[in-house]
Amino acid sequence: MAELLAPLLMIVPWVVAVLTAVVLMVWVERRMSALIQDRRGPNRLGPLGLFQAIADAAKFIFKESLTPAGADRPLYLLAPLLALLPALTTFVVIPFGPAIEVSERTLRMLVVDTDTGVMLFLALASLGVYSLVMAGYSSNNKYSLLGSLRAAAQMISYELALTLSVVAVLLPATSLNLAAVVDYQVSKQWLGFLPGWNVFPQALGFLVFLVASFAETNRLPFDLPEAESELVAGYHTEYSAMRFALFFMGEYMAMTTLSALGVTLYFGGWTLPGVDLAAVAATVAGWCGAPQLFGLPLASWLGPLFGFGVLMAKVALWLLFFVWVRWTFPRFRYDQLMRLGWKVLLPLALVNLVAIAMLTVGGVL
Amino acid sequence: MEIAVFILFALVAVISAIAVITHPNPVYSTLSLIVTLFATAVLFVLLGAPFLAALQILLYAGAILVLFLFVIMLLNLRRQRSTSPRGRGQVTVAALGAVLFFGTLAASLLATGRPEPGALAPVSLHQLSRALFSHYLLPFQIIGLLLLVAVIAATVLARRAPAPEEER
Amino acid sequence: MTVPVAWYLVLAALLFAIGAFGALFRRNGITVFLSIELMLNAANLTLVAYSREIAELSARITGQMVVFFALAVAAAEAAVGLALFIAIFRQRETIDLNRLNLMRW
Repeated sequence: MAELLAPLLMIVPWVVAVLTAVVLMVWVERRMSALIQDRRGPNRLGPLGLFQAIADAAKFIFKESLTPAGADRPLYLLAPLLALLPALTTFVVIPFGPAIEVSERTLRMLVVDTDTGVMLFLALASLGVYSLVMAGYSSNNKYSLLGSLRAAAQMISYELALTLSVVAVLLPATSLNLAAVVDYQVSKQWLGFLPGWNVFPQALGFLVFLVASFAETNRLPFDLPEAESELVAGYHTEYSAMRFALFFMGEYMAMTTLSALGVTLYFGGWTLPGVDLAAVAATVAGWCGAPQLFGLPLASWLGPLFGFGVLMAKVALWLLFFVWVRWTFPRFRYDQLMRLGWKVLLPLALVNLVAIAMLTVGGVL
Repeated sequence: MEIAVFILFALVAVISAIAVITHPNPVYSTLSLIVTLFATAVLFVLLGAPFLAALQILLYAGAILVLFLFVIMLLNLRRQRSTSPRGRGQVTVAALGAVLFFGTLAASLLATGRPEPGALAPVSLHQLSRALFSHYLLPFQIIGLLLLVAVIAATVLARRAPAPEEER
Repeated sequence: MTVPVAWYLVLAALLFAIGAFGALFRRNGITVFLSIELMLNAANLTLVAYSREIAELSARITGQMVVFFALAVAAAEAAVGLALFIAIFRQRETIDLNRLNLMRW
């Protein structure tokens, strides 16, 4: 029973967090772009304009959903739903808290605790491209088709660099399971004072991962699939109302899960350097008299909760960086994008991989 | 439980496989093949090979079939459907051949006596990777070479004919 | 209750036969190519199914390894095959196999 119930319970915070992230990011994006461009941004609805996202949602719901003439109807309707699929599945392999004891078994805090680990993340994330390709193909619109062609080429190209930089992280951790990657970072300390985060020894790989993750989520400076000055709105030109909103949500959710992966790989995931969250949870539970909750001590509930909070705080910082970059850099040209992906990032990722492999074998890492 | 999952995904695999070969639009054929591959990946998990399942989705669905869709859209093959009539006779013969082939294959597969599988622990990722980088090191290197050759070949083949007006 | 290996084998045979049928009767080059991929996938399923059945560890690893290599070969094959289709399409503006009836052009 616990085997079935535990993963279901662990999904809850993820779904809540990912959906909240969408709502918040809509507001953050608009406010921050205004800040960067010296405008005010949405500030009328609620404190600091915080309820703007609700107004946006209401508008999306009540607008008419158009289907263009000559559209390939089944695919046209399926594409926006598929946009949510990778975003709502990939988080299952990301750990978010200290392991707890349940009926004398150690339960690690990740929904799917397998050998395959991060491979599953990459596999499910790679399915995201289908939503864009289907949308572009089925819309019966030249701009959409061009946008989805660009998306397909771009995502395949940058997936290589992304995967290679991930592999380099897995080498010293000797496991594909992200919980092991976090454990590895906890066990290390660099130069005596830096936390054991992978970002320090693998700065190069981190850079490749960061750039590739911008390309994978189609964010500026790599938003060529939807470049509005060239392609109207790219693959979602013909989408309106809720169907457009689904693409929009898919993009922000994919950003959130990819950021969570990045934080787990390079910034210690749910851990804080020098702080034992399990001990903190035990102390806090002690203040409350250490009651039992649904057959588990309170500390077992608080630990994962604190871990999740730490993880989400790091993800929030990463997301702010996403927004900051978007409103700072101009868009690449398509040939520049391809050149960067194949001739710069891929070789860099390979160099990083070989270097990390040698350092690992040499016992440095 | 396991049998229910098997039957469900076996049905999905077969139905979408039939859609692959019968649908007139190559885009739908490709998407159906993705469904088949996904169902097969689930069966891989049932068979205790989760690594191969993830690899199948990552490599096949995530990369190879995107290439197919890319080419179909690039060449705009939607207009190309049913350009030539296919002979009735040929379809009949092909169907007959396929049925016969399936019969022979199934009969011979079932006829071979095999021991019943015991409760075996699934092959772990560690064991797989150890084998890959020790016993199978040479094939692994050759595969790398093969992929390099394929990259070069594809680039050369897909390049525009040596026309000076569009030098890249 | 585990599923008997024979069921997997019959399923694989069925998928293979469907793929073979498609490769024989379709005229669209891409669809024929997809049918071939389907046959390859069916063969992989057989290998994984057998690999579960054998008690010897090295043999079971071999079964999964062969599938691993088959996937890599499929990637190479798809890249070259699709490049061929693009090259043919540039010359003939069709990839209908009935119309590709010249030995040279």
